Amino acid sequence: MSRGQAVAARPPGPVTESHRASLLRGMTAIRLFEERCVELYSAGMIRGFLHVAIGEEAVAVGVMQALTDDDSIVSTYREHGHAIARGVPMDSVMAEMYGKVTGCSRGRGGSMHLFDVGRGFYGGNAIVGGGLPLAVGLALADKMQGRPGVTVCFFGDGAYAEGEFHECVNLAALWQLPVLFACENNLYAMGTALHRAQAETDLALRAASYGITAWPVDGMDVLAVEKASRRAVDRIRNGGGPCFLELRTYRFRAHSMYDPDRYRDKAEIARWRERDPIDLLVRQMTDDGELRGEDLDAMTAEVATEIDLAVAAAEAAPLEPVEDLTRFVYSEAEVH
Amino acid sequence: MTTATVGTVETTYREAMREAIREALREDDRVFLMGEDVGMYGGCFAVSLGLLEEFGPERVRDTPLSESGFVGAGIGAAIAGMRPIVEIMTVNFSLLALDQILNNAATLLHMSGGQVSVPLVIRMTTGAGRQLAAQHSHSFEGWYAHIPGIKVIAPATLEDARGMLWTALQDPDPVLLFEHGSLYNMSGPLAEDAGHVDIQRAVVRRPGRDLTLVSYGGSLSKTLDAAETLAADGVEAEVLDLRSLRPLDDETIMESVRRTHRAVVIDEGWRSGSLSAEVSARITEQCFFDLDSPVERVCSAEVPMPYAKHLEEAALPQPEAVVAAVRRVVG
Repeated sequence: MSRGQAVAARPPGPVTESHRASLLRGMTAIRLFEERCVELYSAGMIRGFLHVAIGEEAVAVGVMQALTDDDSIVSTYREHGHAIARGVPMDSVMAEMYGKVTGCSRGRGGSMHLFDVGRGFYGGNAIVGGGLPLAVGLALADKMQGRPGVTVCFFGDGAYAEGEFHECVNLAALWQLPVLFACENNLYAMGTALHRAQAETDLALRAASYGITAWPVDGMDVLAVEKASRRAVDRIRNGGGPCFLELRTYRFRAHSMYDPDRYRDKAEIARWRERDPIDLLVRQMTDDGELRGEDLDAMTAEVATEIDLAVAAAEAAPLEPVEDLTRFVYSEAEVH
Repeated sequence: MTTATVGTVETTYREAMREAIREALREDDRVFLMGEDVGMYGGCFAVSLGLLEEFGPERVRDTPLSESGFVGAGIGAAIAGMRPIVEIMTVNFSLLALDQILNNAATLLHMSGGQVSVPLVIRMTTGAGRQLAAQHSHSFEGWYAHIPGIKVIAPATLEDARGMLWTALQDPDPVLLFEHGSLYNMSGPLAEDAGHVDIQRAVVRRPGRDLTLVSYGGSLSKTLDAAETLAADGVEAEVLDLRSLRPLDDETIMESVRRTHRAVVIDEGWRSGSLSAEVSARITEQCFFDLDSPVERVCSAEVPMPYAKHLEEAALPQPEAVVAAVRRVVG
């Protein structure tokens, strides 16, 4: 499938909307979508593993601001937010979780494996660290073919412990490939706290030891994430080699729907909730007179309606015929 | 129509493989070779000797010892329009990249609902016989043949060493190409115009009426040796070279077994849960009522491959063991 057909890499909104309002809309869309996913999971409509990104919305929305249609994204199993922020329609994401043929992966991937190659979205990868080599390869192809694309690879602090991370940062640095390593440090690899897994917890510092530009970012501040991402992507696109961002964030909910969350202190969660990325932006915009209560309510209602429509469409959508089970194990048409 | 006389050249398996890579690099700008010591060193087994000088470091790309990283990078590059040939030094090392081969290369097309195809070729050395002991000598191609989403081929002849790579590179899906280490020095005549060959069909390397010997890769020459010994005793064995381990060419296998009514499978892999078990099961499933005796197997002993020459020889399928198995089957 050819690339470069991506829609604008930001959530839909009125053309008159201010930039901050569009960021707010983007984060709200992810928050409400994820909350609906939790409800639908509890109701038995979504099955399998479900990992929601509530609390981490500023990372997805902020990073995407720096990207163009030429760029590629490789993501993790906690990737609904990345997909939605990239412009993958909520309809197709929700249908995927319903296991319907109208889903963005025809219902073969589910929550952890959202793909939309037309938008340069190369999947949620559920092997921790497994997407990193793919991202290096996508960037290698861009470089060898003289294309302007940058590849962003999202991964977590858990993946930092995998050998693949270290292999890939080195490869990208050695070959000066256009990769942005976007490390979502939410402090927990499932139930294992960063300090219990890493002898040195300054992830940006260690990444810099590979000879790349790396710095930490407040991952709860969408404007800070956007600014850092633009700086990094501009540098990469101008031939400066790969960059690493340690996006310091937090997931407000448990790792997955199966997780009883026994390993975190309630007070710690409460402290991070005080830095809720959506509340932070709402407060800033309200203080600056850019957002009124009724505007916020109207935007929230619009997003909620969009999600309602996505759910209704997913419920009504057909299943893939069982006869098609073995399709796409191998290609059906020659690739040229 | 006149038949032009085509000359032959004396060559080796190594040179035939190198010529195949050279042709691919010359004919298709999207092709590049990537792996450990493929460039400056000339390839661990000297397959790629001279290619760096001819094509430059972008297209004959030395990598760090990061099997998972560079195999995965090959997958990503294939997805984004390149046609990488990734070399893994030996099959034992490929286990460090098994995650990428299985969870990504073999899986992405189906998991993405048909969006992400991976036109990648991974070459690696397999097999024993050179006293390299238990971490350089195994035969895991049968494991790889277990995996839906990839194709597995094993060139056993000069023609296939010369001709399989190009066809594999035209395939829209990942192809694993296994080169048995004992074959690199194999020499013989190769037609001057030797070119592309199919990568689907098994072929009869020696016709015979009394039983079918199914083999591939490094075991083929031993199997042919056994057939020669048997012929001297009046037993005419048909020798089949699988060539493609996934998919298996059931049609050619069964056509032969239905004629000969007996089969022995020769496979350098371990016996339990092996490719030989799969071939044997398929023969039993599809030819049960044509068989005059149970299918026999000659495999490697179920031990990590030992260093000492006499022990390694004892661990491997040898022509004598094939002959003995045939005697049991023919009765």
